[in-house]
Amino acid sequence: LSQHAGALETSTGLDNRKLLMWLFLASECLFFGSLIGAYLLYRGDHEVPCAAGELSACVFPSDRAVNGVEYQGLFDIPFTSVSAFVLLMSSVTMVLALAAIQRGNQRALRVWLFTTALLGIIFVSGQAFEFTEFHEKGLSLSTNLFGTTFFVLTGFHGAHVTVGVLILLSLFVMAMRGRLNQAKSLNVELAGLYWHFVDVVWIAIFTLVYLIQP
Amino acid sequence: MTLAEYRGAKPSHEREPEHDESGHPGPLEYARIGIILAVITAVEVAIFYASLSKWALVVVLVLLSALKFAMVVLWFMHLKFDAPVFSWFFVGGLALASLLFVVVLSTLGGGLF
Repeated sequence: LSQHAGALETSTGLDNRKLLMWLFLASECLFFGSLIGAYLLYRGDHEVPCAAGELSACVFPSDRAVNGVEYQGLFDIPFTSVSAFVLLMSSVTMVLALAAIQRGNQRALRVWLFTTALLGIIFVSGQAFEFTEFHEKGLSLSTNLFGTTFFVLTGFHGAHVTVGVLILLSLFVMAMRGRLNQAKSLNVELAGLYWHFVDVVWIAIFTLVYLIQP
Repeated sequence: MTLAEYRGAKPSHEREPEHDESGHPGPLEYARIGIILAVITAVEVAIFYASLSKWALVVVLVLLSALKFAMVVLWFMHLKFDAPVFSWFFVGGLALASLLFVVVLSTLGGGLF
């Protein structure tokens, strides 16, 4: 606790905010685990029951082809690889921002926070571009079960990145106004934990959704 | 004049420390981890285009992504250096997610192959 001057003494000896963040991230593991599970289950490589009268199962056709194109062909692997690289590097800049505030280097803190937010914006922009491309090729949320599970999974991830960017920009503004000093390094550490989690989720999605195809 | 000074190296007290007061690694170690992560990502993409069997492709890609996952969690999220209780929470969530994953896929079908 000595490193966090503003922290209150707790019975565990650990900062409750950090404990809460880790509990939240544990629950997020289940959230994204179920979305990835649903994607692998319904991506279209097996039969989906659609008996007469079972409307809920028949709402989305389970065809794996979109306008005659197998969905694997929709993925632009070089483009997504660059996006994955951008998000991975944003984790490096995030942890450098934390190292900077823990050493009291305000200039480096501002530079790394802004760089991380910028890389996050580039990633989200790339995802928006990818979604637009897919939509133009005829794949939408309601086209088939592949479209539903794919857009829900990657869309929720994109929403998490967007929230992360907003947090980073808030911290950047605080740093610019001189309200983020060494004693408040826990704020950057908590934002960093969230940001790195979003990155590790993309590590899983990039492999399981994009690189490993049926 | 010491040998290090003669060679132009900074004295030890002026160099960037490998670990700071909080016990976390320094910027140099983070940069090293970042380079390793970038290289692993490049290898993953290269493997995707290599003509490997489906089984080998899945095993290698899953192992590489697990390695990247572990490196980010251990070094960047500091689980390697922080209190063990944080690791228990996270590993608990991860274990429950994995269990859910296995149960759903094994009972309803689907999977990586």
